[in-house]
Amino acid sequence: MALVQEATRRPVTASAGVSFEGVSKKFPDGTVALNPVTFEVESGEFVAVVGPSGCGKSTLLRLASGLTKASTGSIDVAPGKLGYVFQDATLLPWRTVRRNVELLAELRGVPKAEARAAASAAIATVGLNGFEDKYPRALSGGMKMRASLARALTTAPEVFLFDEPFGALDEITRERLNDELLRLFADRRFAALFITHSVAEAVFLSTRVLVMSGRPGRIVADIDVPFGYPRASELRYDPAFARIAGEVGAALREAHS
Amino acid sequence: MTSVVLPGAGPDLPDGPGVAVAPGDAPEKRPSLLGVVVPPLLLSAAVVGVWYLFSYVILKPSRRFLLPPPQTVIHTSFLEWNNLHPLLQSLALTAKAAGLGLAISILLGFAIAVAMSQAKAIERSVFPWAVVVQTVPILALVPIIGFMFGYNFRSRVLVCVIIAIFPIITNTLFGLQSVEEGPHDLFTLQGVSRWTRLWKLQFPAALPNVFTGLRISAGLSVIGAIVGDFFFTQGQPGLGILINTYLNRLETPQMYGDVILSSLLGIFAFLMVGAVSKRVIGAWYDSARGRAA
Ligand SMILES: Nc1ncnc2c1ncn2[C@@H]1O[C@H](COP(=O)(O)OP(=O)(O)OP(=O)(O)O)[C@@H](O)[C@H]1O
Ligand SMILES: [Mg+2]
Repeated sequence: MALVQEATRRPVTASAGVSFEGVSKKFPDGTVALNPVTFEVESGEFVAVVGPSGCGKSTLLRLASGLTKASTGSIDVAPGKLGYVFQDATLLPWRTVRRNVELLAELRGVPKAEARAAASAAIATVGLNGFEDKYPRALSGGMKMRASLARALTTAPEVFLFDEPFGALDEITRERLNDELLRLFADRRFAALFITHSVAEAVFLSTRVLVMSGRPGRIVADIDVPFGYPRASELRYDPAFARIAGEVGAALREAHS
Repeated sequence: MTSVVLPGAGPDLPDGPGVAVAPGDAPEKRPSLLGVVVPPLLLSAAVVGVWYLFSYVILKPSRRFLLPPPQTVIHTSFLEWNNLHPLLQSLALTAKAAGLGLAISILLGFAIAVAMSQAKAIERSVFPWAVVVQTVPILALVPIIGFMFGYNFRSRVLVCVIIAIFPIITNTLFGLQSVEEGPHDLFTLQGVSRWTRLWKLQFPAALPNVFTGLRISAGLSVIGAIVGDFFFTQGQPGLGILINTYLNRLETPQMYGDVILSSLLGIFAFLMVGAVSKRVIGAWYDSARGRAA
């Protein structure tokens, strides 16, 4: 059984989802969070980013989303809907799960019935059925993160930014949500920029892994992951998978030293 | 194998008696009715006991009028219509002043806090004045207010507002400003207006703090109504003026009756705020532990 399938890279003519050109970031207090980085995430591409803590990964996403302005260089993000899953769940404690998931549609002035339908679908996708009317305080950490993911899904984004969304979850839940996320990706083919600390997660999800050096971060390796989608859970135990994970791990160790 | 119970094992925050268990929570440690009712009753009994001790043992009979025993106070003040009637009339007046003062404090305090949260310049220019109003001794202000606005109902309400507004301003402002960066980013990414942000994010997030302020202000407003009345010494009498009147006539049972009504009014205000708070934010905020999660 060959789990390794031919790579499904986008043709070169594809529009860029996200493109960074010599982008660096220096905070007003003098902290240099990011050395100039240049990379592209085409739409239909899933790019994972790994790197030591504090190397500027979150900063990278904040720059891509426009929450922070770059100090140098230029950033292009495909016009259209942007999805952003933060490092914390950032649920509003006074809203039930359903109302939290409906929030973005509500803020964008989407009609109520439509918002409700989108929320129900997203809640089902992340497996939170039955918890719609619970307040966040009644959820476990993993369930909060799933609600946060569901909230981002309602916007049907074309560019999707993930900041270590599953970092706090146990292995099994994490793998389940990875599978779920890939199913969505196979279905919708957004451009994804996914931060993680887990090499296995990075390789399992992505078409490409970017490895960053310690602060101030820059990209020290750009490793292709030549598996097609959909990906079966068993891919994680495939020798080819292990080889690429080994490569990423080695680059990461080098970046740390 | 012996099972060892580690010190510190088990719930880290044992629910004491009287800690309300929110509906929907697992009823692991629902405080028993006994636990809720008995300790406060014991304390009340002790207080009444000390009262008797003073009236009958410590005070000589010739000086017993300084603190008449409970049954005398209750009988004279509350069971004799001639005495009860003026007390109730004053209570109504004082309650009205305190309630109106609190309502104005809420509206005005909230508006001021919102304005301050919207611009640092407003915060910097208004805050010192809020502090001044809070710290100037109310006793110094009362006569001035009397001169300027007359010894009427409006002036009594004004005293309530002056004394009750500060906790509402500070707590509301603190709540509006304490929203974390994450939720703010979430709203920023949707390109919301500042009013949407205020109404859908900052205001609900501030509610627990608003109620903290309200709980303090409700009591202060009652105090303001009584103190203002006490020092005006003119106009239609509220509970404050009556204290003076009874004192001058050495009608101490009525005076203590007045004090009891005053504190009942304060307790009522406090409980009302608690009940409203529980209704509004009880589903998602655990005020006993001061957190949402
Ligand atoms: N607003 C800020 N002002 C000053 N320095 C900042 C600011 N935000 C982040 N930094 C600094 O920039 C660096 C990169 O931060 P960033 O949050 O991007 O790291 P990260 O790679 O996401 O780390 P982690 O993996 O721990 O989440 C850190 O050293 C941090 O201290
Ligand atoms: Mg980070």
